[in-house]
Amino acid sequence: MLGRTASSLFWMSRYMERAENMARLLEVGHRISLMPGAIEGHRDEWRSTLMSAACAEGYDSKHEEISAEQVVDYLVFDESNPSSIKSAVRTARNNCRAVRTALTRDVWETINATWNELVAVKPTDLSADRLPEFLEWVKHRSMSFRGAVLGTMLRNENYYFSQLGNFIERADNTARILDVKYFILLPKPSDVGSEVDVQQWAQILRSVSAHRAYRWFYHDSRYRPWLVAEFLILREQMPRSLVFSYQWINTALEGLANIHGKRYKCHDMVGQSLAKLRAGKMDDIFQSGLHEYITDFVASNRALSASIAQTYHFP
Amino acid sequence: MTKFFNEMGESADASRPAYAQVSAWLKTIAPNDVERAKTEAENIFRRQGITFAVYGDGESSERLIPFDIIPRVFSGHEWRKLSAGLEQRVRALNAFLYDIYHRQEIIRAGRIPAEVIVQNAAFVPDMVGVNPARGIYAHITGVDLVRVSENDFYVLEDNCRTPSGVSYMLEGREAMMRLFPKLFSEQRVAPVDGYPAMLRKTLESVAPPACKGEPTIVVLTPGIFNSAFFEHAFLADEMGVELCEGGDLFVSDGYLYMRTTQEPKRVDVIYRRIDDAYLDPLSFRADSTIGIPGLIDLYRAGRVTIVNAPGTGIADDKSIYTYLPDVIEFYTGEKPLLKNVPTWRCSDASSLSYVLEHLHELVVKEVHGSGGYGMLVGPTSSKAEIENFRAKLKTRPSNYIAQPTLALSAVPTYVDAGIAPRHVDLRPFVLSGDQVRITRGGLTRVALKEGSLVVNSSQGGGTKDTWVLED
Repeated sequence: MLGRTASSLFWMSRYMERAENMARLLEVGHRISLMPGAIEGHRDEWRSTLMSAACAEGYDSKHEEISAEQVVDYLVFDESNPSSIKSAVRTARNNCRAVRTALTRDVWETINATWNELVAVKPTDLSADRLPEFLEWVKHRSMSFRGAVLGTMLRNENYYFSQLGNFIERADNTARILDVKYFILLPKPSDVGSEVDVQQWAQILRSVSAHRAYRWFYHDSRYRPWLVAEFLILREQMPRSLVFSYQWINTALEGLANIHGKRYKCHDMVGQSLAKLRAGKMDDIFQSGLHEYITDFVASNRALSASIAQTYHFP
Repeated sequence: MTKFFNEMGESADASRPAYAQVSAWLKTIAPNDVERAKTEAENIFRRQGITFAVYGDGESSERLIPFDIIPRVFSGHEWRKLSAGLEQRVRALNAFLYDIYHRQEIIRAGRIPAEVIVQNAAFVPDMVGVNPARGIYAHITGVDLVRVSENDFYVLEDNCRTPSGVSYMLEGREAMMRLFPKLFSEQRVAPVDGYPAMLRKTLESVAPPACKGEPTIVVLTPGIFNSAFFEHAFLADEMGVELCEGGDLFVSDGYLYMRTTQEPKRVDVIYRRIDDAYLDPLSFRADSTIGIPGLIDLYRAGRVTIVNAPGTGIADDKSIYTYLPDVIEFYTGEKPLLKNVPTWRCSDASSLSYVLEHLHELVVKEVHGSGGYGMLVGPTSSKAEIENFRAKLKTRPSNYIAQPTLALSAVPTYVDAGIAPRHVDLRPFVLSGDQVRITRGGLTRVALKEGSLVVNSSQGGGTKDTWVLED
């Protein structure tokens, strides 16, 4: 397989995952803007949405101040923002087009149809009352893409490279959300936070579609910050947790090692990260610093991505 | 407008034999079914992304080429005649290319003036003395033909560089078979789906001398933003070979390799869909970012085959075109089976004055133009357009050739007002390698505007499925 083909498969999945995560972050941002107390706090909330999406710097270079319309426009439509939903779907589709011969027809048609429908949506169509419906649609299209990948692709190189992109992006996304919000998850003298804190914890869970799963999993009607952190980092039952993502990355890299009959540095890297996540204890993580833990993770995830690109000759 | 030849027949009741079934079918098909079929055909094309890019058009830059559901039909007898003429012409073109890059016998014999060849921008001096595998230069040729009567076909141009359109031939047939299976069961239409296999065989047969064993073939594309990208991906997929961009290939230790996820893999044959000028920044345009540095040196050393060969463009240059009847006779010793359109070279003073006097009845083209741009169709142009063109012609006469306006044949076509005849041309695809292979069929392009003779997709043309009936 061409290195460029592997790279395109990786980035195709990575950008579809990014579009879906962006939709989730926007859902949460939109939801908060409707909450009581949003009036004075809403600018901070949109700022934290921009930060979670790693788009704050880009936004600031274009806009003087924060307004809901401008943030939504920047994160959905702005093509100068490489992570906007539109840019992400465009990049995913361009990569998909470049490697059509490596994909099933279902995968191609899902992405192609998504793009064709997306270009028909105008910023003026997304008034506040229509935004949630649109974001729902974006999530569904991404899930439909993922369904096509899982349901129709042979478990060969093509499949494994697309899985790598998908889960490197997912791990990065979850880690970034934790990174931006880590301070509200830090243990406080009192067990139960204020009403504002509880809202914040709920939002973190919502931004990874896990607020209900949390209740089912912990049988607890209260959100407890260390459990929220644990859920997103260490729980392999949670499909957007760091450990879950790394299990998939590990499986994909093992799959490639089987096909190629060769292991590389990236195999060791993922093995070490996974072992660390599996052995992790929340107490220890808080002891040595949640912020440091997450910062290290984001850096090692980035290093893994770079190592995969180098190993398999991405252009 | 003069009278034109209607390929279905002069009246609905007297269809020509080849069109008997199609004509009967058209009488039974309901308008609703036509609409449904058109929509369905469009959906088939759009879902698969069979689009072409229109440059500088922003968001909607990927368009569908309109597909007409009424096929264009040739009898087996008609096709055999055409096919023989195509084979003769393409063999002569390859012999001509070999000659002008070697001993130039045709110049010595005084059949073509030396300056027409050596001063031609399409002549590539780097190719002099190079021996491509089997002496073949134009492996894939798309010969554009027009018909003016029952027995008269003319060659408009020989596309010897990187002719496109074959994917439309193949996908158009797929769509027709899906939409109207009954039509295909009522008569025997020669299949076209063997084209990718024939192309692969052709490419394998011209592996370079340095290749031992089964050759590795790749398709080289400029990338996803090229207007014919779909076709590049389609052909690579159908042949089961990698679709490469320039950056995927590199020269090392005297061989060509592609970058894979593992060790580099040797490449023997490149079916390139990029122009000569961009192939190798070390030999041609230094600013090319889509080529492969060092490729031409390898090619000259017989380590890799480039398809079509660099420098083939001279064979389809419009200034050479006028000599083609002589060229065919010179190399084959036979009279040409397919006619050239009579052509005035405006570089010639007496021809120029004739052309200037008869602009209203002539078609004037740029010598190096393509895609239907920069041309004048006298009979359908306004006085102002003609005068405008006259000025250009006077400034640079040698940049133009002129031809009589041919009464292109027409085939019934679905248009907004119902069924009406529209003018067509034909591009069959001729493959040259260990033997000449011609698919029975081709790309029929149709000018959808009433009276229009311009069939190019960039100018509002559409396509039709092209049938050759088995006897």
